[in-house]
Amino acid sequence: MSEIRNVIIVGSGPAGYTAAVYAARAQLAPLVFEGSVTAGGALMNTTEVENFPGFTDGIMGPQLMEQIRAQAVRFGAELITDDIVSMDLSGDVKTVVDGAGTTHQARAVILAMGSAYRELGLPNEKRLSGHGVSWCATCDGFFFRGQDIAVVGGGDSAIEEATFLTRFADTVTLVHRRDSLRASKIMQERAFANDKLRFAWNSTVEDVVGDDKVSGIVLTDTVTGASRELPVTGLFVAIGHDPRSELVKGQVDLDDEGYVVVQGRSTATNVDGVFACGDLVDHTYRQAITAAGSGCAAALDAERFLASSE
Amino acid sequence: MGATKQVTDASFADDVLMSDKPVIVDFWAEWCGPCKMIAPILEQIASENDGVVVAKLNVDENPHTAASYGITSIPTMNVYQGGQIVKTIIGAKPKAALLADLAPYL
Repeated sequence: MSEIRNVIIVGSGPAGYTAAVYAARAQLAPLVFEGSVTAGGALMNTTEVENFPGFTDGIMGPQLMEQIRAQAVRFGAELITDDIVSMDLSGDVKTVVDGAGTTHQARAVILAMGSAYRELGLPNEKRLSGHGVSWCATCDGFFFRGQDIAVVGGGDSAIEEATFLTRFADTVTLVHRRDSLRASKIMQERAFANDKLRFAWNSTVEDVVGDDKVSGIVLTDTVTGASRELPVTGLFVAIGHDPRSELVKGQVDLDDEGYVVVQGRSTATNVDGVFACGDLVDHTYRQAITAAGSGCAAALDAERFLASSE
Repeated sequence: MGATKQVTDASFADDVLMSDKPVIVDFWAEWCGPCKMIAPILEQIASENDGVVVAKLNVDENPHTAASYGITSIPTMNVYQGGQIVKTIIGAKPKAALLADLAPYL
């Protein structure tokens, strides 16, 4: 068994890394489990981040994460690129077990596991995943040069992906179940001005068609109930995210949608010494800057908890 | 043994298809976040396993090979044995899950 640390941070992204910066500067020597393939969080799959304050000309998502990570390392945070596979958050000393099977202990734990992309839940979506169905426009857009493709979703990420994909594709059809977008006004204006972008309003994706690769999608009109097939060779799914809270289910309070519940404006969960931040907590804002802000708050809350329990 | 091997459109037949050992080919690109996350895991697998070659093919610089195998998503890791694809893994996975998928070829 290893030494008992002050604080272990589970997860990375803007929330986890910012918590690490603050905890490291508070001389808490935080141990951070970044995740083996999720290190850096959701921003690792994005391109230009234009709204993170301080970066006048924007910054690439992965670059922003690399810089916050380096900042945490500079102040002495210890980062491990592995997953946590189980946790016991009860009692004064919390234990977590990493992917290699090693147990680590700490008096405080900051949960920053973020969220995972949501799937449509269609059998053919799974079957054709990687064969035309994708969740990562920045990874896979390149392969759809000169083709007709579709994006399903109506939020900022959907518009960002659809706009990005017009660099490669001939046409991108945005499929949205409502008749207007949730995305921010600037994203909408950019989308409406893009002549490669089409809109399938009031439409849901009922099926994905194709033998060994995608050849089309079946859309149902939510107003008339009519069905039609749209011939596309790619479908990018951007219908939102679900919190990655499975590991702590039954240990800390979750709401109906699986988000970790925190007390008031703090990051404290219902368990002493356990704090939560970022997309794991937030169904409202879900921005890089709000995640970073809540990561800061979690580190300060953990610092105060440790000081008061000494 | 040791490091991963860079392969190209030009060297693919010699380095991959004609190889005596099974070859894991990682189709990747500079602009792919998940590819970057999985890169260190593949380096570890390369250095820890003698019986297999771990190769990397940059799809940006070598579009022909990626297109001929119908790659539309990266990272994709294809395992080639005797010139044939015997396993396809699409998307980044934790090391333990990758090792489980690759176990028959290591």
